[in-house]
Order: sequence, then structure tokens, then C-alpha cells
Amino acid sequence: MNLVTISGPPSSGKTSVILKTIAAMTGRGIKPAVVKFDCLYTDDDELYRKAGIPVKKGLSGSLCPDHYFVSNIETVVDWGLEQEYDLLVSESAGLCNRCSPYIKGIRAVCVIDNLSGINTPKKIGPMLKSADVIVITKGDIVSQAEREVFASRVQAVNPRAVILHVNGLTGQGCYELSTLLYDDAHHITSLKGMELRFSMPSALCSYCLGETRIGESYQMGNVRKIDLHTGADHER
Amino acid sequence: MRDKSIRELQSRFPYVHAFFDDNAISYAGMEHLSLRGVIEAMSESEREEFPYEIETLEHNLETFIEQMQAFLSADEDTVHSITIFPGTDKSGVPEQFDRLDMRPGDVICIVGPTGSGKSRLLADIEWVAQHDTPTKRTVFVNDLVPESKWRFSISDKLVAQLSQNMNFVMDLSVEEFVRMHAESRMIEDIDGAVQSIIASANGLAGEQFSPETPITSLSGGQSRALMIADTAVLSRSPVILIDEIENAGIDRKKALELLLAEDKIVLMATHDPVLALLGDRRIVIRNGGIASVIETTEHERGILKELEVLDARLSELRNRLRDGEILR
Ligand SMILES: Nc1nc2c(ncn2[C@@H]2O[C@H](COP(=O)(O)OP(=O)(O)OP(=O)(O)O)[C@@H](O)[C@H]2O)c(=O)[nH]1
Ligand SMILES: [Mg+2]
Repeated sequence: MNLVTISGPPSSGKTSVILKTIAAMTGRGIKPAVVKFDCLYTDDDELYRKAGIPVKKGLSGSLCPDHYFVSNIETVVDWGLEQEYDLLVSESAGLCNRCSPYIKGIRAVCVIDNLSGINTPKKIGPMLKSADVIVITKGDIVSQAEREVFASRVQAVNPRAVILHVNGLTGQGCYELSTLLYDDAHHITSLKGMELRFSMPSALCSYCLGETRIGESYQMGNVRKIDLHTGADHER
Repeated sequence: MRDKSIRELQSRFPYVHAFFDDNAISYAGMEHLSLRGVIEAMSESEREEFPYEIETLEHNLETFIEQMQAFLSADEDTVHSITIFPGTDKSGVPEQFDRLDMRPGDVICIVGPTGSGKSRLLADIEWVAQHDTPTKRTVFVNDLVPESKWRFSISDKLVAQLSQNMNFVMDLSVEEFVRMHAESRMIEDIDGAVQSIIASANGLAGEQFSPETPITSLSGGQSRALMIADTAVLSRSPVILIDEIENAGIDRKKALELLLAEDKIVLMATHDPVLALLGDRRIVIRNGGIASVIETTEHERGILKELEVLDARLSELRNRLRDGEILR
């Protein structure tokens, strides 16, 4: 089974692209499945089910969704192997821009849309910067010039990635994407011993642990203070 | 490359600042240091926020410079021809043509019902299909199996596409916008390019706009005119796809001339008779395949003359109405 992790900001077009890409694979004898990770709510699983694609979903609730992802992906992979799927796609929303649970040796795709503004590539962390494939969507509603400028900004922050323009509505570019997502040489039999590409934030302040009161005396652990003089921040 | 100081990099590769800007690395006052030096000079917390191993970043810098150098020195490999060899339609029936050659200066229309496979044809060209797409078509560039750069480079794409519904989302003036695009294309004479784009765009649009006009307040016709002029001057893609230039406030014939003057291959998906007959050939698409390729006939060119007279009359009336005249 191949595993592909697909992430990207909310509403960037992940589900649309995955659906069209899987549709572009029909006839190649590849049995796909999807697992959707989100925070509080998603009805993406319905969309996959409607398309006849087996799907599981996991909601992280009050936990950090990326931590939740890493703690559960192995179980999901075991499920996929048991069911003998050929391709397991994980869809997860990148919520804080800071981390992204890409795994070394597992194909990582970031979906980002043209409407998000040309400074967005700069703002998104490892989710964009350490992806292998970057899919840029919604090119149909901006100008050719904006597409080119946006793509060049993406290229500057991740020059080694393959960058593809894909239309999530019509599926233009999805066939091409599908050729990059499945490879007989990339089968896995377990995630045991694999590693994240990038460490998650050094979290754990009192608020992570359920504190709700505001004020200096309630703040413990890893706390960082804003510096109003220079605009930058520094650790206490 | 990775040991060079930023100052040295800047003098050899003037565009390198874009890499630092886009990665949000500020080096002010540290130009004498290497990339590694700058990162190591960051405070603990700045570095912790930084989503990279230094090696990855150094590798990225080298890749970035390689890509830019390749882009800047690519002038020699101009495209003289693109050839499509037949595949099959959606039912697997072989397409009925031997080869389809397209050369700079050609205007080729694509006709056929929506959903018939126009975008697949375009995608085959853009992906330089090698019998490895659903249509099983094969595409050659300059009579050869093409280099893989056409597939994956984002700065050197075979096809530039002027989409039909065109909204600008950026909050910039026309001049700022064109300048930003020119900078990202690393044009040498940026001022000249900006001026010529705005002047040509105004030559195409019925209503004039100034360099200070915010792009979001351009009319449909003005946006199209700006994008056509912008693509003609700044795009390096040898093929330009135009998805239906609608009538609204733009001189379509001049628009084509502008693109052809830059030696483009122009593909137009259109059913507008004036545009369709302005083309040298029409590709007819049916059921996902190329059903036939029709050369525009002498008789059709005669019809085009009539249509052009009608068209001129229409736009004259339109302009007079816009100017508040009473038609008599
Ligand atoms: N115009 C246009 N709309 C698109 C494109 N791709 C996706 N959309 C639309 O964008 C919206 C969000 O798309 P989704 O595929 O649900 O995005 P997502 O990233 O899966 O969203 P979440 O899973 O909720 O984070 C939908 O209304 C899509 O129809 C595109 O290429 N062009
Ligand atoms: Mg989704």
C-alpha cells in the first residue's frame, strides 16, 4: 500500500483535488481509501462516501490536531493494510501554520490556493516548506499574472518541490497529479520506526493543560512574551 | 555557493534577495556573513521558530539559484514548433489525423461542445504528453521528444492561459501590479516593460485607465486588455490559450496582433464567428478526441470580411452610446 499525506489551509481545495485525482486513477486497478483528520467538525467523509471511496475520520476535539494525527496515523495505516487498499490518502487541515506532521519517506503534498494572498507562502511553515509536491488551486478565478507571481513565491520557499496548478472544480491537472501520487516502488508495510520530518512546537504551557484564567500568575511552563518595543518577541 | 557571503551572492545573483525575503530571513547589517552565519546569529527563539534544518535551507538556496540561472539563460532554446501526434477519443477510437504542427504566429481555434475535451487537449500540450495521458497522445517540441523541464518548471511553462472569468484579488494599482509581475519574471528593463504593457492595454480597451487605477476597479474589458498585454510582454510561454475573448470593450483583432507580434502560438477556444475565422485552422473536438482539423477556406475569409464590417458597426454604435449620443 502507498501512503500519501495531504495537508493545506482550511478550504484550500484538498477534498476537491483528492476526489478528482482518485477519479483520474480509475481503470488503473488501484484500490484507494481516505482518512480525514480535522479539529471539531467535518463532513468531508460524506463526500468521499458518496464517491464510493472507503473513508475514516478522526476529530481531535480539544487536542492539537497535528499531535492527534501522529498519535493515530499508525493505527489507520494498519487498518488500510488489513483492508488491502493500494493507496491510502490522509487529508488534514493545517491549522496553525507552525507544524505539519509529514513523515520522512512518505509522500507529502501541500494544497494551497491562489486566493490566499501572495504573502501566504512566507507565512506557512513546514507544511509548505517541506512538502514534496505543492498543488496550487483556484487558478481559474485569478489572472495569469497573479498565478505566476504566486507560484514564484511558492517556489522561493520550497524550490525542490514539484509545483502543479490544479483546478479542483474541473479536475484539470488531477491526472498529472495522480501520476505523482502512486508508485509501485513506494509500498509500505508499517509505519514503525519512521520519523516526522520536523519536530512539533515545544508546547505545554498552563493553557495547554486546561487553564482558562488570564493573568501572569496563572502562566506556567513554556511561555513567551510579546515585546512591544521592537515588535519581535522573546522568551521569558 | 553555501559558503559565500550574502554580499558576494548579491553581486553575482542580484535576484537572490527574493529568496531571503520570501523565506522571511532578514540579513540587514549582516551582508558579510553566509546564510549559515545569518541563521546562527539569530537569537534562540528566532531560530526555534524557523522551520528548517540549516542544511535544508542551504540546499534550497542552491536549488533556487540554479533554477533562476537556468531560467535566465534559457533564451536560446526557443520553441519553433509543437507537434501533436494522434491518440484516441473517449471510446478508444483512434483520432483521424497524421500530425498537427503548430508554429509561432499560428492562430488555431478549438471548437466543440463544452466538456468535449478541450481542456484535456490543452493539458496534453502543457504536460507534453508522451503516450501517458488518458488520450494517449504524444507531443513533440521542436520535432524532438521534449525535455522534462516543460513538465515541472513553473517559470518555463509551455502554455499560458488567459482564463475567462478574471478577477484580481490583490489590492494594488495597475502599475504596482504589472511591476510586481515584471519583477517576478526578472525582466531587465522593468520600467520599459511596465510602460509598454499599460500603453498596449489601453490600445486594446475601449475605455482608458491610468497607471494609478486600482486593479480591482478595472472593468471586465479593461482587465482582459491588461492581461493580454501583460502576457504578450512578460510571458515566456510559447503557447497562449485564450478562453473566449468576449466582445465587451476590447479590440479582439488588435489583441491577437499583439500576441502574434511576440511570436506566440495562439490557441483560442471560441465559437465567436469573427474570432473563429480569424484563425488559420480550427480543431474540432468531439467525444474527447480531435475529430478533424479544418483549414479556414477562401469562402470563409470572404464571410469574415462581412462580419468585420458588421462588427465595426456594432462597436461604433456601442462607443457612441457610451458617450451619451443619440443614434440617428
Ligand atoms: N473556483 C475554484 N474553486 C475551487 C477550486 N478547488 C476547490 N474549490 C472550491 O473551494 C471550496 C473548498 O474546497 P474543499 O475541497 O472542500 O477544500 P478543503 O481544503 O478540503 O477544505 P477543508 O477540508 O474544509 O479544510 C469548495 O467550494 C470548492 O468547490 C478551484 O480550483 N477553483
Ligand atoms: Mg476537505
